[in-house]
Amino acid sequence: MASKPDASKPDMAAPSPVSTTGEAVILPYPATAIARRFFPPMPKPTNPVLIAMQKFASAVLPTAFMLAFLLAFWTLACGPESALPGPSRVWAESHDVIMHPLKGVEFHGLIPDIQDGGDVGIGAHIMKSLGRVLKGYTLAAIVGVALGMLVGTNKYAFRALDPLFQVLRTVPPLAWLPISLAIFQQAQPSAIFLIFITAIWPIIMNTAVGVQNIPMQYRNVAKVLALNPMEYFIRIVLPACVPHMFTGLRIGVGMSWLAIVAAEMVQGGTGIGFFIWDSYNSSLLSDTIVALVWIGMVGFALDRIVGFVGRLIARNG
Amino acid sequence: MKHRSYLALEGVSVEFPTKNGLFCALDRIDLNIEKGQFVALIGHSGCGKSTLLNAVAGLNKPTRGVIFLDGDVIDRPGPDRAVVFQDHSLLPWLTVEENVALAVSKTANGKSKAEQKDWVLHNLELVQMGHAAKKRPSEISGGMKQRVGIARAIAMQPRVLLMDEPFGALDALTRAALQDVVMELQARLNNTVLMITHDVDEAVLLSDRVVMMTNGPAARIGQDLSVELPRPRDRLSVIDLPNYAHARSEIIHFLHERYRNPAQAA
Repeated sequence: MASKPDASKPDMAAPSPVSTTGEAVILPYPATAIARRFFPPMPKPTNPVLIAMQKFASAVLPTAFMLAFLLAFWTLACGPESALPGPSRVWAESHDVIMHPLKGVEFHGLIPDIQDGGDVGIGAHIMKSLGRVLKGYTLAAIVGVALGMLVGTNKYAFRALDPLFQVLRTVPPLAWLPISLAIFQQAQPSAIFLIFITAIWPIIMNTAVGVQNIPMQYRNVAKVLALNPMEYFIRIVLPACVPHMFTGLRIGVGMSWLAIVAAEMVQGGTGIGFFIWDSYNSSLLSDTIVALVWIGMVGFALDRIVGFVGRLIARNG
Repeated sequence: MKHRSYLALEGVSVEFPTKNGLFCALDRIDLNIEKGQFVALIGHSGCGKSTLLNAVAGLNKPTRGVIFLDGDVIDRPGPDRAVVFQDHSLLPWLTVEENVALAVSKTANGKSKAEQKDWVLHNLELVQMGHAAKKRPSEISGGMKQRVGIARAIAMQPRVLLMDEPFGALDALTRAALQDVVMELQARLNNTVLMITHDVDEAVLLSDRVVMMTNGPAARIGQDLSVELPRPRDRLSVIDLPNYAHARSEIIHFLHERYRNPAQAA
């Protein structure tokens, strides 16, 4: 019969899925399929210390390997005779700089008191620079956020000011230095101005974008609730643009750190920029390398701090 | 003087300026809704349902005609016309409770802080969301967000409750649960409601009247059907009533015969 071709073939003698009595027969699975179903239980660490160690290792080991590789490459690339000192020579030549960063600093409680005159540790220079950055950057953050809000909310302010911002933000920090010196006549305030003028542009731009991109539905909610302008600003605009604002503040803090090093290199006196310039003039290249590492670490820390504050505010805003 | 309905749209046209001149979304709409009526607005996409609802909300202004609410002319948005938005529009930086509290604080009428807080929680309980008061919108499901959106709207004790496709973004089962919530609230509060929907069964189940709109541009009201079903309603018991089938068939004939989807007809 055409409808039952299988049954008629002698080579299909394997057990038919339908028994002669008409009841369904469950065919046994092949042994391999069953074996596949029983995985050997994965050995899972239950010890909390062991789990913490595993987590720590998976987080830190990649960076540690990268560092080791970098050091090895540096050692191999800079032999004992090369102009650029290798790691061991840096360690030997700048031992004092590395090991005594707080030379000339006395702490009164938490407030550092930095001794006048040149001979202080690299940590003291960093603190001087950080002090300037703190002042200039705080100023830039306040003015930048305010201007960003203005430009973001008012389209005429945007049309008037945006071209100006776009032109000025491309001016490199060092180009401001002569102008800054001419205005303030002194090193300290002109360095702070330099920080300010470098950091403010990304803060303005990002805040403005944040305000302009407040989703329509939040605006509609505000309209239906008939929020007054002050409430609208505090309850909707500020929280809605916090993420953009902190993007700007993060870029800004990085740029201000770049600018302070450049400014101090030119002006001299104190600060990490001066330290680099000084070590270069004294042909202490190994000191420069140590300073480089410090600058990188501090810049990284600044970025993380601003990012952390931003996340904190976004969560509680 | 003739009697004017609680919510009355009289000759309302809405036009938008475009590159090719004025685009007429709504053409001389007359619609009268009595106090306590639940009206569903149904029509194909792009027929101007949302434009009509936004005009009542005050979010866009009619270019011609006037909208009256309880004798007052509507010319701006206000908390007396609460809106349940399709995308819930909860503020993500506020907790569920704070979202409702913000709306309550704008409609407090001299209530004390403690009274306001009780009122917020009471309304969250009405939509069975009291348990999530301290959660943020990102921590709750889509259906729960819309429950909070409804709680926010009814907590304002609006004169008209406007719902812009409130369940459009939800799955069928969640939608049914929320429809039950809305029916329960309506039985309790007897609000005046204008609801946009795409769902024929939802329109019949929830409303006293189904207003069907013709296809835009220049949309008008094509048919106004009153739904004669006893309240309180229960989805299982009404579904077999002849009036249910009748209303359903009227709407389907309107949408798929008299005014077919312009995209399909083309």
